[in-house]
Amino acid sequence: MQPGFRFALPQASRRDVLRAAAATGLIVGFQLPGRGAKLAVAAPADGVFRPNAFVRIAPDNSVTVLIKHLEMGQGTYTGLSTLVAEELDADWAQMRAEHAPADPLLYNNLMWGPAQGTGGSSSVANSFEQLRKAGAAARAMLVQAAAEKWGVPAAQVGVSKGIVSAGDRKATFGELAEAAATVTPPKDPPLKDPKSFTLVGQRLPRLDSVEKTTGKAVFAMDFTLPGALVAVVERPPVFGAKVKAFDATEAKKVPGVVDVVQIPRGVAVLATGFWAAKRGREALDVTWDQSGAEVRDSGTLLEIYRALGKTPGLPAWKDGDADGALAGAAKVVRAEYDFPYLAHTPMEPLNCVAKLAPDGSVDIWAGDQFQTGDQGNAAKLLGIKPDQVRIHTLYAGGSFGRRANPESDYIVEAVSIAKAIGGKAPVKLIWTREDDVTGGRYRPMYHHVMAAGLDAQGKLVAWKHRIVGQSILIGTPFEGMMVKGGIDATSVEGAANLPYAVPNVLVDVHNAQVGVPVLWWRSVGSTHNGFATEVFIDELAHAAGKDPYAFRRELLAKHPRHLAVLDLAAEKAGWGKPLPAGRARGIAVHESFNSVVAQVAEVSMQGGRLRVERVVCAVDCGLAVNPDVVRAQMEGGIGFGLGAALGEAITLAQGRVEQSNFHDYTPLRIDRMPDVEVHIVPSANPPTGVGEPGVPPIAPAVSNALFSLTGKRVRSLPFATQGVEV
Amino acid sequence: MAISLVLNGRTVTLDVDPEMPLLWAIREAAGLTGTKFGCGQAQCGACTVHIEGAPVRSCSVPVSEAANRAVTTIEGVQGKVAQAVQAAWQKLDVVQCGYCQSGQIMSAVALLTSTPKPSDEDIDGAMQGNLCRCATYHRIRAAIHTAAKTLEA
Repeated sequence: MQPGFRFALPQASRRDVLRAAAATGLIVGFQLPGRGAKLAVAAPADGVFRPNAFVRIAPDNSVTVLIKHLEMGQGTYTGLSTLVAEELDADWAQMRAEHAPADPLLYNNLMWGPAQGTGGSSSVANSFEQLRKAGAAARAMLVQAAAEKWGVPAAQVGVSKGIVSAGDRKATFGELAEAAATVTPPKDPPLKDPKSFTLVGQRLPRLDSVEKTTGKAVFAMDFTLPGALVAVVERPPVFGAKVKAFDATEAKKVPGVVDVVQIPRGVAVLATGFWAAKRGREALDVTWDQSGAEVRDSGTLLEIYRALGKTPGLPAWKDGDADGALAGAAKVVRAEYDFPYLAHTPMEPLNCVAKLAPDGSVDIWAGDQFQTGDQGNAAKLLGIKPDQVRIHTLYAGGSFGRRANPESDYIVEAVSIAKAIGGKAPVKLIWTREDDVTGGRYRPMYHHVMAAGLDAQGKLVAWKHRIVGQSILIGTPFEGMMVKGGIDATSVEGAANLPYAVPNVLVDVHNAQVGVPVLWWRSVGSTHNGFATEVFIDELAHAAGKDPYAFRRELLAKHPRHLAVLDLAAEKAGWGKPLPAGRARGIAVHESFNSVVAQVAEVSMQGGRLRVERVVCAVDCGLAVNPDVVRAQMEGGIGFGLGAALGEAITLAQGRVEQSNFHDYTPLRIDRMPDVEVHIVPSANPPTGVGEPGVPPIAPAVSNALFSLTGKRVRSLPFATQGVEV
Repeated sequence: MAISLVLNGRTVTLDVDPEMPLLWAIREAAGLTGTKFGCGQAQCGACTVHIEGAPVRSCSVPVSEAANRAVTTIEGVQGKVAQAVQAAWQKLDVVQCGYCQSGQIMSAVALLTSTPKPSDEDIDGAMQGNLCRCATYHRIRAAIHTAAKTLEA
């Protein structure tokens, strides 16, 4: 998902971010304010050593890292545990991970301020120092405990691969845990010189691989409580409709159905199990008030967007005189690009367990991506304080942004249902796939209008880029931080920071008013801006009679990270070298979440069908803490982006979503997955994002390759709607 | 209604609606949650189990059809093919979110049981019904080849 909440971030420097981290999280995280004011002076009854909010060392020698971010596939269990293990000098085999409880001060995302949540590809980036310090503090305390036990100076005690030693004396962490718990935590434990890292930068097995290959991993969908009722909700057929009346007579006759209640979003059927609840919902009769609902076709919306695209929008970036330079250009190139609504469709449909306690507080179990926002929204609904909302985060079966949203939609639904039945039973809300596909919060639909001018030498002299679509953040609590002068940072990211050297630029925006709920979707603004800019720059290269790779290089002289990934991808892909007949390459480079990724796609047409044969990817994500996780995220990002580019689209007919399940909303399947090769640029800079940046370059790289192969320029997505058989 | 099936080698009797999909009988009545709900329409494969060794989408099979038959889920799958597949999945760190992987593994075990040395085309054919939104497909393909090599040795 995204940044929504890169409060400190839009255009903030890495230094700013680290300074913010030092000023807030580290201190807070370490001092455990108000939670047992005197820290670790008496030995704990269970013998477990808890040096700080992030680390737990048990007598059985296991080291458990409390993970403040949601593990939704991106590898944060492994990533954050690597940081702790590195500074602790632990043995990787003794490392464990579990989700931390919700707490906006102890477990906040340091890039977001006092808010816990996962997004904007920020998990490792914001935790890099914090989790290392957590590990270093634990190590110093183990060393001190050993020194006292053995009567030797601490300086003579060493730690390696989970063994504390001095001379011929040795102890495991587990053996020292109880004694270490009585040591005063160091205020500012020293960190290793990155040159001496032994785990960071190595390939380490993922901590969640074994339980996820044996069926033992507990996702939110797998969690239940004794006596819990399963709820499914009948939601409006069009966005913005409201319940006018409902008749539950037939629904209540379905064996297993226990109750039917109205909630703000619709009507919930509660039953002893999912099947009965679903049957009950099918028997339910709801009439809807559609006044004020969004009932337009997506085709109509596109016509409106196109009309808007002919008029000036709100300027997001203005440099020089783009109109004047266009008027004087030797050659002008114009193009328009359209993008559909996209659904996230994580494999695990949305679900949430909520249990009201007699004191008015509530417990929530979910694959929770934005704990602080969800605590706030649930608290508001129940009229309690946010800290009376206890969130138990469980594994999420994917998210891609969906599980974090400003209204906490699925969390609030579950709590609403629990409230509506007076807390008489715990509620397990389950969305069906149809609920998910038709339920909204899509990547917005967009229309882009581009124009650029070349001088007589083929040099780029003017660039105009107009973006028409719904804002994700206007009207949400994030508006104050992420929307300036009507410009939503998530609408223009990847466009208003175009890296190419152009003297005259205008990027402007129209915020379309449509009643379809929208949301960040893996790589957010870069999903469309990356495509429009990288296909258009390719068009300009051809118009200038230059090689697309060389044309980009010339314009990126001031962007060494872009150049490095572009060169690496081109070299590894054999750019410029002959290919077998019937194959062609396309290239694209894009920066998102402070990482830069270049991809070269190699395509062919097989029996009239487009086939992406091979993708070579180069990434600069700063220091790669877990290189194999970085590779996995690039591979997955490519597959995710390619699926959307080839065939995914949500369309509306009179406001009704026309797709319902995976037969008509079609993510990539294995037979369309290309060979992927990932190269990581060596870097000593602090880590930057990897969860999202692999997505944006693939669609333009494929479009550019298809043009090179066939001369057909695909400017709108998905390909399947553009006369290309996929 | 009481329906008996041999679930992971053990006879269990479940009191369920005979039309209830096998998936929900396994998850809610038998309490085995390794088999996942993804689409309810046999479109995604997250619910794949074996009935008498053959892979089926349990979300679209009424539990009555499994009566008195041997049903194997991710919790009970065993033997050298299953071991080779799970070991390959772990060695290559195939999983990301992991939600679809029980189904992927059940499909892969069925493939390697019938086709010990599958080609990429065989893999595409057998695994096309299993969606992975994290798109771990590149590693799934590699892991199936790795498992095939283990079994050959």
